[in-house]
Amino acid sequence: MCTYQTTTLGMEGSGKGADGWFPVTDATVYFDHPVHARAEHTLNIDLINPSRGAGARVAMELDPLSARALAEAILQTLETVPPGLIAAAPG
Amino acid sequence: MSDAMRAETVAITGHGQDTIEAYLAQPLDGDPTGGVVVIHHMPGYDEGTKEITRKFAAHGYLAICPNLYTREAPGASPDDAAAAARALGGVPDDRLVGDVGGAAAHLRSLASSNGRVATIGYCSGGRQSFLAACSLDLDAAVDCYGAFVTRPTPEGFPLSFGPVVDLAPNLSCPLLGLFGAEDQYPSPEEVAELEKALTEAGKEFDFHIYEGAGHAFFATNRPSYRPEAANDGWERIFEFFGPNLATR
Repeated sequence: MCTYQTTTLGMEGSGKGADGWFPVTDATVYFDHPVHARAEHTLNIDLINPSRGAGARVAMELDPLSARALAEAILQTLETVPPGLIAAAPG
Repeated sequence: MSDAMRAETVAITGHGQDTIEAYLAQPLDGDPTGGVVVIHHMPGYDEGTKEITRKFAAHGYLAICPNLYTREAPGASPDDAAAAARALGGVPDDRLVGDVGGAAAHLRSLASSNGRVATIGYCSGGRQSFLAACSLDLDAAVDCYGAFVTRPTPEGFPLSFGPVVDLAPNLSCPLLGLFGAEDQYPSPEEVAELEKALTEAGKEFDFHIYEGAGHAFFATNRPSYRPEAANDGWERIFEFFGPNLATR
């Protein structure tokens, strides 16, 4: 099935795409058919900068278990950062 | 009959008089023939869809696939363009109708056109093929597993994918529907709802639901490919186009 389901969120950081590094401004996360991965469905993440054209994109198509492991690793890594290195969110 | 064909990227006039990219394949024997507008699936104007477009030309039809993502991502690779279109919420229905109408007009303007035009679409393009056939004057339409024709999209989906079944009384041509029994979007229940609406509207249609097949059973490069369903589906498509696109 095509899920069409898409979460979009703002981002601040950089990514390395086909033409080198670029500032990342947005991300889309969705569970749908992959272009390349050999699976029926994958958890897909695009880190993008629409102002630089559609080619400014870092794309991932991950097996659901891999995606969950990656998400947990990201959270675990952030939780173990020494105090004072992550600025508090404004407001 | 010669089997030579020419296939190339062309510029056509789409919705709002915008110039959009399209992939055109045409037999070179010059005999008058019908045309097919191929509506690509959500992953975009990709290699597989261009192959389908050439298949219609190999069977003697003029065929064109408009790049529905031209505006979001001019010149981008198909996967980047699909990602950009998704991030923006997909293709609006009115723009789709305008682009398919422009593609149909382009086919009819070709010297070897007999004036008759069909649409065919896969996945999201299946819904769009039905939408186009309810909005434009066409001679045949094929809906390959298009979802969200009779039912609204769940929360979190792009707004542009609303149900279009209410347009059934406006269907301008016979409709062929090819679906998988194991598909959830559209589910067999949703297909039955569309059948009911078409029957009530007195429209000509022919639906086939393949056992052992789910979504995207025509896609030869995906694990969802089901050769038996796809081969039978192709036979149905050409049987359907034969009389409906014949020169009169």
